[in-house]
Order: sequence, then structure tokens, then C-alpha cells
Amino acid sequence: MDKTLMLSLYRDMMRIRRFEEEAARSYSRGKIGGFLHLYNGQEAVAVGAMSAVEPTDYIVATYRDHGHYLARVGDMNAAMAELFGKVGGCAKGRGGSMHYFDVAKRFMGGHAIVGGHVPIATGIAFASKYRGEPDVTLCFFGEGTANMGAFHEGLSLAALWKLPVIFICENNLYSMGTPLYRTLSVEDVAVRAKGYPMAQEIVNGDDVLEVREVIRHAAKRARTESLPILIEAKTYRFRGHSMSDPAKYRTKEEVKEWMKRDPIRLLAERIYALGIANEEQLKAIDEAAKQEVAGAVQFADESPSPDTATLFDDIYAEPDQHEQDEKVVPLEKRRQQASV
Amino acid sequence: MRELTYREALREAMAEEMERDERVFLMGEEVGHYNGAYKVSEGLLDRFGERRVVDTPIAETGFAGVGIGAAMVGLRPIIEFMTWNFSLCAYDQLVNNAAKLRYMSGGQITLPIVFRGPGGAAHQLAAQHSQAVESLYAYVPGLKVVAPSTPADAKGLLKTAIRDENPVIFIEGEVLYGHKGPVQDEEYQVPLGRGDVKRAGQDVTIVAWSKMVQAALDAAAELAKDGIELEVLDPRTLRPLDDRMIFDSVKKTNRCIIVEEGWPFAGLGAEIAYRIMKEGFDYLDAPVVRVTGEDVPMPYAKNLEHEVFPGVEKIVRAVRAVLYS
Repeated sequence: MDKTLMLSLYRDMMRIRRFEEEAARSYSRGKIGGFLHLYNGQEAVAVGAMSAVEPTDYIVATYRDHGHYLARVGDMNAAMAELFGKVGGCAKGRGGSMHYFDVAKRFMGGHAIVGGHVPIATGIAFASKYRGEPDVTLCFFGEGTANMGAFHEGLSLAALWKLPVIFICENNLYSMGTPLYRTLSVEDVAVRAKGYPMAQEIVNGDDVLEVREVIRHAAKRARTESLPILIEAKTYRFRGHSMSDPAKYRTKEEVKEWMKRDPIRLLAERIYALGIANEEQLKAIDEAAKQEVAGAVQFADESPSPDTATLFDDIYAEPDQHEQDEKVVPLEKRRQQASV
Repeated sequence: MRELTYREALREAMAEEMERDERVFLMGEEVGHYNGAYKVSEGLLDRFGERRVVDTPIAETGFAGVGIGAAMVGLRPIIEFMTWNFSLCAYDQLVNNAAKLRYMSGGQITLPIVFRGPGGAAHQLAAQHSQAVESLYAYVPGLKVVAPSTPADAKGLLKTAIRDENPVIFIEGEVLYGHKGPVQDEEYQVPLGRGDVKRAGQDVTIVAWSKMVQAALDAAAELAKDGIELEVLDPRTLRPLDDRMIFDSVKKTNRCIIVEEGWPFAGLGAEIAYRIMKEGFDYLDAPVVRVTGEDVPMPYAKNLEHEVFPGVEKIVRAVRAVLYS
């Protein structure tokens, strides 16, 4: 087992966990507005997946996007500043928690209409194939998405055109407050792949190494054979759907049972068992993550709010010469040109 | 100058842009092997091949989203809706994704994409296939909306729309496809956001677009017999709107009628009337009048359908009303 890799996965997961804990605190302090969907408990999926692909592969995520952003882009300052609605945020304070972007690093956004981003991911993969480029697109979503029409159309086109896209369903058992058995006609989302048809795989979403292996194979296949796949990662979110959700629909026992499968602890146990690091060394990683989070809060606090003069910037892309020149052509001239 | 149909002009625009830029491709239902439901894309598959003329299943959400994804990473898709009625299946893609991705990302994403297809009612197609959707799209910041009335405008505007860096909603007139008009031989573009004076006159300003331009011109010909000269303005682009052209005309005629095929409630004409009132209140000698489609889902029966259309007769009546004659 690769020692550096194991520790790096541990570090990436711990960074997300500590970041999310701080986000919850800052939310309670009123520093963060709007909706805030935390990723606690699901860290192994994003971290395992990102570690398995190239930095040039595209990532498309949902509104629960902090983990994916941190695992791909890593910039905790930009992530926290975005939550604080500051200009130093990864979308200049325009997107907030649900709309993280870093196009230079091919993090193609957090998208907040359930299922709406699935055809977009298919389209990015279409572009890669159109241009003959080797890049693979990873599309993340929850099990609630599997009931949306956009999900079906996105997968259907990906299968029809054999596009290099990996659909990753993070099944955390609840679509918002409703348990899976009341919303889904099948037990496993993965079986939906059969009808397209498309390869499918079910993976323990709390095991970062297993996630990594499965995504690695899928990416290789997508890259060399240009084929899509639907992967279902079984996992659990430790908190409510969002900060406004106390998650009373789950029993304490259930949560406790799943907490035993805490992906970070699972990896730590493996690290100890293999003698890769001791408790003290992992604690140091944790401490570093906490320090980094503290720094990110400071950065976000100090980052200025967006200038209100920029309110109308970036609605349309420049150059937009067409809007400019019409103002200066006098009506008389146009009247002369008119064919009566 | 040679004459082309509106359909041929659109086809020529796409062919020229696809020739010029390999990133441009056409995607939609029946665009390839069937040669287009309305034959706009006829021959393009033979010329450019399956890679660039892509037939899709009936999946508006799917292929609109695919176009958006492809544009996000630098391609320049032309997405054809068989008709704009079906775009409502993909309304989420157009409003929540195409219009907002640039803004939400703090300007990181550029979306050079054209959504095009026929809009408006044709003949006896009933409620679900007979509607003007331009107000639904012009409402949304982040989108541009174009609705050409002539073959020459159709070609020049489509070429510009394809080269634009933003999502463009390009609404063709379903009943205009067979209309012929002069189209110059040399390559040209028509800028977005600039209207055109389709007929000069000093008595009443008429604002109309797409197929309503012809109705306005027909009304003008009839009223000219009585010595009433209409000035017919075609904004061509509905967002951004060339309101300067409209203000300048109204300052001269002091009267304005807006003719639109769509429903009256919260329609584009209401916004234009508001702008005229705000900018040119002191110049108005009569209230701005709107001639619109009737406020009803389109009925099938021929006589009822005829009642709904804002035709020449209704325009003439409105002109006489604002002239108090």
C-alpha cells in the first residue's frame, strides 16, 4: 500500500471534515447566508474519486459541492470566502455555497437544480469526444436525482453516443427528508443503468480506497473505450440535508450505527493496521487542517464584499460590440436605408 | 440581388459559419438524415457529416443540456428545437443553466450557444403547437433574443448569433420559411441589438417583429390610400432591445402601436410601452396601443383561430384610434 497516497487521502478527507464543521459554526454566527449543505460523512466519495482521475478531467457537482471542490481545487480560502459572500470567493461571491466554480481547474460548478447538471456533464463529455481529447467527465449527484427526467435524458444520450462520462450517485439514503424506500422504486440506483444499457457498479462509499479503485477502472475504460458508467456509492450524511434541517426523520440509533462507518476513521484504522503512521502523526494532520481552516476564516473575514458597482458585470460576455454601435447610428440614416 | 427564401437564408448562414469555424455544430431532432423537420438544415449532413450534424432522440432537456455543456468547454453549438413549443421541456436548461452559468461563476464561464427553431402559430395546429414564446425568454437576464422578419435579416442575424459569446434564443417565424426576399451575394452580418426601419412614415410608429412585420406593412399600404403614413420599425433583436430607435421615431410621430403575436398579459409589448412612456411621455399625443394575440389558448377551429391573430384589420383599427380619426 502506498504510504504517501494513504496519508494524502487522509489529509484531504480531514480538510473537508474540518472545513464543514467550521462552515456550520460560521453559519450559526450569521457569517454565511442562504442554504448550506454539508458533506460530513461522505468525504470518501469525493476524495477517492478525485484521487483516481487526472487533473485535466472535468468535474461537475451538485449544490453539496464543498467536498468535491476541496478535493479537486483545494483552495480553502476561496471556498470559505465564497460562503462569506466575499470577492475573494471562488465565484467572487456570486454563487455561494451551492455554486462553487474553478473553470481553470476544470471544476465546472456546483449546480442546484436537482438533475439539471446531468445533461451538462454529458455535453462536456460530448465536447471531449468531438475534439478527440482524452478527458473524462465525472458527474456527481444524489440518489434523489435518479427520479428526475434530466437524469434519464443525460444518461440516455451518454449511452447512445458512447461518451466518456462517469456518473457517480452518492446514495446517502435520504432525498432531503424522505427515505429512499419511499422515493425510489428500486433498491439500488445502479440498476437503472441496465436499461440504457450502461455499465454499473456499486461501491462502499465510506471506503476511500474502494471508491478510488472503482473510479480508476471506470476512468481508464472511459478514456480508452469512450464508454459511460453509472457508479453508486452507498454512504451516509452525518448532518441534516441543510443547516435548516434537524434531521428528525432519522433515529439516533441509525445515525450512531452509520457513524461507526465514518470514512475518516475507517481509513485511520487501516493506516494504523498497516503501520503507516501512528495516532500522533494523524493528529498532526488534523491539527494542520484546523489551522488551515482558521486561516481560511481569517482570509474570508478580511476579503472585501463585492463592490456594488460590479452588480451588472458578467451577465453577458464581452465583446458585445453589437449593443454599443446601435446607439450611435442616427435614425435619419436608417430611415434613408429603409426600403419603402 | 438574388432572392432566397427565409429557410434558405438560414441554411446558408449555418453552412457559412460551420465552414468558417470547426467548433460550430448543429444538433437537434431530425436535423440530419431527415434533412430537418422544416428543411432548414437540408443538405447539411451531406456536406458536414454526422460529427457536425447530430441527430438526437426526442429529449429536449437532454440535448439542450448537452449543448450547454459543450459550450461551457469551448464548442459553439447550434441547438435546433423542432419548434419553440418543445423548448418548454428544456426551459430549466435555458433559464437556470444557459442564462445564469456565467454570472453564477463570477464570469468564469462563457456560453457561445444558439438555440433556434420556428416559433409562433402556423395554421390550425391548436394550443400546444401555436404560441409565441419570445416574452418568456426576453424576460431572463443572461439571454439574448432574436426574431427576424426577412430572409436578409435571418441570415445576417443568425451568423452574428453564432459568433456571439452568449446564449442566443433565435426564434424563426414558422410561417415565414417559404417567404422570399433579396439577400446579397457577399458575406455580411447584421448586428444584434439594432433594429431596422422597414418603412418610413411620419404619422404613426408601428413596432413589430417576426411575421407581424408583414402585417404592419400590409396595414401601412392600406392606410397610405387615405394619406396616412406609418413608420414600421422592426427591432429584430428583442433583448437587447433597440429602444433608441423606437424613442426617436415616436418623438417624430407622437403615436405608437406595438403589434405582437403573443398573449397580452406581461408580454413584451407592455415593456416597450412602458419604456416609451418613461422616455417620451411629453411627446405622446395618444396612449400607446398594443395589438396582440387574444388572451386565450389557441383554438383549432379555423374561424376561431382567425379571431385570435392580430391581423391587418386590427392594426388599421388601432391606427385610426390613435389618430382619433
